Amino acid sequence: MTTYRQTFAKLKHAALIPFFVIGDPDYDTSLEIIKAAIDAGADVLELGIPFSDPIADGPTIQKADIRALAASMTTAKALRFIKAVTDYKPLPVGLLVYYNIVYRYGPQKFFNDFKAAGGSSVLVADLSIDDEAEITPLAEAAGLETVFMVTPNTEAERAERIARKSTGFIYTVSTLGVTGERQSLSETVKPLIKRLKGMTDTPVCVGFGISTPQHAKEIAAAGADGIIIGSRLVKIIEQNLGDKPKLLRELQAFLTEARSALSLDV
Amino acid sequence: MKHKGRFGSFGGFYVPEVLIPALEEIEAAFDTYVADPQFLADLNDLYSNYAGRPTPLYFARRFSAQVGFKVYVKREDLLHGGAHKVNNTLGQGLLAKYMGKTKLIAETGAGQHGLATAMIGALFGMETKIFMGATDVARQNVNVHKMKLCGAEVVPVSGGTGTLKDAINDALRYWISHVQDTFYLFGTAGGPHPYPSIVRHFQTPIGREARRQCLDALGRLPDLVCACVGGGSNAIGIFSGFIDDRDVRLVGVEGAGRGLDTHEHCATLAKGSVGVLHGAQTYVLQDENGQIHETECISAGLDYPGVGPEHAWLKDSGRAQYVTADDESVLDVFHLFTRTEGIIPALESSHALAWLASQKGKLPPETIAVVNLSGRGDKDVSIVEDRMQARRGAND
Ligand SMILES: Cc1ncc(COP(=O)(O)O)c(C=O)c1O
Repeated sequence: MTTYRQTFAKLKHAALIPFFVIGDPDYDTSLEIIKAAIDAGADVLELGIPFSDPIADGPTIQKADIRALAASMTTAKALRFIKAVTDYKPLPVGLLVYYNIVYRYGPQKFFNDFKAAGGSSVLVADLSIDDEAEITPLAEAAGLETVFMVTPNTEAERAERIARKSTGFIYTVSTLGVTGERQSLSETVKPLIKRLKGMTDTPVCVGFGISTPQHAKEIAAAGADGIIIGSRLVKIIEQNLGDKPKLLRELQAFLTEARSALSLDV
Repeated sequence: MKHKGRFGSFGGFYVPEVLIPALEEIEAAFDTYVADPQFLADLNDLYSNYAGRPTPLYFARRFSAQVGFKVYVKREDLLHGGAHKVNNTLGQGLLAKYMGKTKLIAETGAGQHGLATAMIGALFGMETKIFMGATDVARQNVNVHKMKLCGAEVVPVSGGTGTLKDAINDALRYWISHVQDTFYLFGTAGGPHPYPSIVRHFQTPIGREARRQCLDALGRLPDLVCACVGGGSNAIGIFSGFIDDRDVRLVGVEGAGRGLDTHEHCATLAKGSVGVLHGAQTYVLQDENGQIHETECISAGLDYPGVGPEHAWLKDSGRAQYVTADDESVLDVFHLFTRTEGIIPALESSHALAWLASQKGKLPPETIAVVNLSGRGDKDVSIVEDRMQARRGAND
C-alpha cells in the first residue's frame, strides 16, 4: 500500500478525491458507483460510514446517511465494503466518521479491521486535536496514517500542532460551514492553503463546498495536494435514484471533467 | 481549551474543529465573568427582579397525605417563563452580552428553553433563532406562539423524529456556519464542555436555596432530593446543593415512555450505554452499531437519547440513583397533584412526582423528600386532554 505522500508525489497534478457515503443508496449500487469513480480517475477515496446524527453535514449528505442506514448499512458491512473497494484497486482510502461509530465498535479493533480492509486513515469528524491521544496511538499501532482537520478559524499555533500530528494529510475545510454544495468558493480558502503550505510539508487536501471542476482547478492552483468533492457527487446519486445507468454516466462525466480540469493545471 | 470538562471519564468536547475557537471563547468568558462583581450584581438583580428568585419551598400537605411521607416542593414553576430554564438563559444571555454577542440561537424540546431564550433575546435586544423539532412544534404550540411574540424566529426541524435531538443537530449545524457572530445558548447540562459546567453553575441557586430553606424550616436536611432528568439541568441544579451531604439520597427520574421493554422511552441512564453524542462522552440510547435511537416520551422536555455527563458520573460513582416513570403513571400523578394542591405541574416535573407516588408504602412516614417542580404544566394541558381521551377510548 502506498502512503498518501507517495501517492501525491507520484501525481503530476492535485489528487482527485471523491467522497461517498458507504452504502448509499444501497450496498451493491454504492459499490458500483465507487468503482465507476475509480475508473473515472479517482486518485484517492474519502468514504463515510453513515451516522444517525451527522452534525458536520448539510442536507445532501444527511440524506445519503439516511438512505444508507435505511438499506441497513452497519459498521461491519462498511468494513467489508472497503475491502471490496481496495480489492478492485489498491488506492488510498481515507475514512471520515463520527466518533460514536468508532467508539461503539471498539477503537483499536476498528482501526485494525479498517487497516486489514486496505484502509489508509481515519478522520474522526468530532474529535479534535486536543483529544488526539485517544486515537493516534491506536491508529499508529494498526499501521494507519493520521489525518486531522484545519478550518479557516484555526489559529496558527494550533494549525502547526495539527500539521505535526497528521502523518497523512491535513483535511482543510474550505469554509466556516457544514458539508454542502456552494455556488462559489469561499474567500478564506486560498489564503488558508497558502498559509498551511508555508507552514508545513504535510500534504494539504481541501474539502467542503467544492462543487465544480473550476472550483477544483482554482484550489489546485492555490497549491492544494488533493481536492475532496463530496456533496456535489452525492447530489448526483440523489437526483438519479431511479435511473442507475444515468447516475453512473453523470457521475463519470463530472469526474472526468474534474480530472481534466486538474490535469490542465500543470 | 483551558479545562478538560470531564466528570470522571465523562464529558469532554467532541466537536468538529470549527467549533473549538467558539467553545474556547465561551470558556474564557465564563472563567472571567463568573467571579466579576459587576456581572454577579447584574445577574443577581435579574434573578430577583426579573425571574423571581428565590422561589419558595412549599410543603405539599395534601399530596404528602396521599403518598404517605412528607413532600416539599421547590417551586421553580413560579419563575418567569414557567420553568427553571430562565436561570440558565439569564446567566448565559448575560455572558453573551458581556462578550459583545448580538445573536442568540438555541434548541428546544418542550419549548420552555426556547421561550426562556426568546425572553432574554427580547430583554437584551438580541436577534434570536430557536431550533425546534417539527413534532414538538406541533405538540407545544402555545410556547411556539410565545416565542414568536417575544420576537424570536422559530425554525422547525424535520430530521429524525422531529424532537430535541434533531433540534440540537440543526442548531449545531447552524452554529458551525455562523460561529463568528452567534452565541449558542445551550439549554441543558449536556453538550460539549464548557456547557455542562456553565449550565450547572447557573442552575445552582435551586439547590443552594433549597438546602437553606430546608434547614430554616425543618432544622435539618431532607432524606431525599428528587428531580426529573432530560438533559439534566434542573436535576443538577437541585442536586448541587446536596452533593456533599452524603446522607441525602439523590434520585433522578427519567421517562420510561411506553415502557422500558420497548424502544419508546427516553431512559438514557437506565437503559443506555456509554457513547459520544452532541459533544460529550456520556450514556446514550444507541444500537450495537452506535446509531442513536429515536426516543418517545409524553413530555417533550425529556424526549432525548443523551444525558448530561455529570449525571453519567453521578450514576457510575453511585452518588445519585436514576429511576424511571412511565407515561401512564405520569398522567395519573399530574391529576393527583393538581387536585390535591391546585398546582398544575409540567409533564417533565410530573415524572419526579410519579416516582415519589410510586414510593407510597415503601418510604417511612417520617421521610422528608424535596422535589424540584421544574416547571408549570399550562403548556401540557391539551396533551393531557388528548391522552386522557385516548385512555377513555381504550377503556370503552
Ligand atoms: C419544566 C421542565 N423540566 C425539565 C426539563 C428537562 O430538562 P432538564 O433535564 O435539563 O432539566 C424541561 C425541558 O424542556 C422542562 O421544560
